[in-house]
Amino acid sequence: MENSETETVRLTANSYHKAELVFALAAFLVALFLLSQIGSQVTWSSNKTLTNQPGFWPVMAIVGMVIFGAGEMVVSVRRFRTNAEGAIPNELLLWLRAIEFAAWFLIYVMIVPVAGYLFSTVVFCLLLTWRLGYRSKTYLMWGALTGFAVVFIFKTCLSVKIPGGQVYEYLPDGLRNFMILYF
Amino acid sequence: METLGSALDIILRLDVALALLIGAIGGVVIGAIPGVGPAIAIAILLPATFSLEPVVGLTLLLGIYGSAMYGGAIPAILMNTPGTPVNALTTYDGYPMTKRGEAPRALSLAYGASFVGGVISVICLMAFAPYLAKIAPLFGSREIFLATVLGMLLVVIAHRGRSLAAGALLFFGIFLESIGLEPVQYTKRYTFDQSWLASGVDLIVMVLGLFALSQAFVLLVGKDNPVKPPKLEGGLFSGLKEVFKFPQIALPGAGFGTIMGIIPGVGEFTAQFLSYTWAQKISPNPERIGKGAPEGIIASEAANNAVPAAAMIPLLALGIPGEALTAMMLSVFYVHNIVPGPNLFRDQMDFVMALYLCLLILNFIALLFLIFATRPLLKVVSIPNRFLGMTILTLSFVGVYSLRNSMTDCVMAAAFGLLGLVLKRLDLPIVPIILGMVLGGIAESRFRTSLPRIDTMFDWINRPMAAGIFTIIVLVLLFHIRSLLRARSASVT
Repeated sequence: MENSETETVRLTANSYHKAELVFALAAFLVALFLLSQIGSQVTWSSNKTLTNQPGFWPVMAIVGMVIFGAGEMVVSVRRFRTNAEGAIPNELLLWLRAIEFAAWFLIYVMIVPVAGYLFSTVVFCLLLTWRLGYRSKTYLMWGALTGFAVVFIFKTCLSVKIPGGQVYEYLPDGLRNFMILYF
Repeated sequence: METLGSALDIILRLDVALALLIGAIGGVVIGAIPGVGPAIAIAILLPATFSLEPVVGLTLLLGIYGSAMYGGAIPAILMNTPGTPVNALTTYDGYPMTKRGEAPRALSLAYGASFVGGVISVICLMAFAPYLAKIAPLFGSREIFLATVLGMLLVVIAHRGRSLAAGALLFFGIFLESIGLEPVQYTKRYTFDQSWLASGVDLIVMVLGLFALSQAFVLLVGKDNPVKPPKLEGGLFSGLKEVFKFPQIALPGAGFGTIMGIIPGVGEFTAQFLSYTWAQKISPNPERIGKGAPEGIIASEAANNAVPAAAMIPLLALGIPGEALTAMMLSVFYVHNIVPGPNLFRDQMDFVMALYLCLLILNFIALLFLIFATRPLLKVVSIPNRFLGMTILTLSFVGVYSLRNSMTDCVMAAAFGLLGLVLKRLDLPIVPIILGMVLGGIAESRFRTSLPRIDTMFDWINRPMAAGIFTIIVLVLLFHIRSLLRARSASVT
């Protein structure tokens, strides 16, 4: 099984991670950026009161984000100095590692309309099972079976709206309709 | 009685019965797997239920919601790992009992207490439903606006120690809801001239990202937890009767769960805390609680299982969801053009009653299933975390892509998934974003409909119900400030 060298401390109750400061800073900067866009991103009518303005609601939300975000940043700095734990670089690396799996997900999304839901899902589950370090035949079989079960439950039984793959066009007539409808 | 008859007509159908059975059993299984939980399952299933009839779809989701905590007690008691976050308190007494060789007793105590909590809360609510139907029409736009403000306030306050982050995330949710075309003059708000932002941020895409995808990422980047549950020897009936030897704990526990469930933003954790504290107060041996006492398990499980039925009250009566799961269910109502709120309680009481009957029946199904299927369930409990992460990732695709077959939705969901991962890793709350988005939308529309009748600030509270809610808001704020000041002075001394 692959172990993660970037795995950081798990937070217990009433404990804080030093990386909270990074999040607080990023959230505050985003709030400030949104605040700076008030003039261009909402329409202001000259003949309306403030509460009737179309931009009243987003502006109120952003002002709330700025105020609470500033408070959270101050508190995070204080915690960073006193009772926060964990190493920031390790935690940031772990966040970045999750991007790999987001990419897996998006590639899977792109392949489904081309290769079909059944084939894409079974292959996706098999490959991801392999990537995660489960290399035994049993796990690979469970991976493929999981993929098939997901397709069977949702597409075959519940008829969720997932289009048939472009490759289905090359199948004989009867089989093509069957695959488009059920897999 | 006539309403009850109509309600029975609604649910005595094969499709509803099947949805109830699948929901209740599925909920138990999902709850028993640490790292999944009802929120993820409901988020994934949500789009699939849109094609079902409202009562069928809602029954399925309610089944999962109401029975997940039953299953969550299994890993909490046997492996010291709560199946759902709300089963955490059950580990305090459940796991020490397992170590003493009393696992079947602890499990059956948990099942019995969960059953008592679930059934009592539904019976209370069914009994009070006619009165609620009378009160609900007193809520106009102003009252609902003030109730959403109260809900938002409670959500922030409930995250003690994280209130500032919860506040920032709540406002972030409100902001997300306001993106796109504004509903009155159709002007663009924060679209940055991107056409894909013109229709705003879809609630379901966000929910799937924040709950399901984020959990998949958390599991995939983490380690497997190779804890094997112990073998169960002996019957699972021993503790069921024992629950009734502690009515002074089970009944108040169910009461706390019911009351806390009704209050938006409070939920299971506060109910459990109050119930557990009560058990410690009245127990002749309070020092035993937390070290493997049956009272601890009963207090915790009776309280948390009473919450789901009660949490449906603000949703059905006012159209205001109090927490993330009911917020998701709100979208099922909207998809079917059913608007929960005072009119639903007044005009479709049989529908409301049918949902409560479903909640009542699912408690019986969950209990029976657990008594006979706990042993096979132990295999599901020990699925490796990262394999589970792969499964959730695959299932998340169904949820996001089946909505509109849109790549943009999937990219947005992945982005929200990454945000959710960061929040979960830092132990920051996700629920305020969801509630901010849902309550923000309701608050804005009610605020706008109220404005023509408002000349001075006092017009907001010139009706008895509005004045009452406003008073509660002020009192909640004052109590919170007082408790903060007390905590500060205690830490100084």
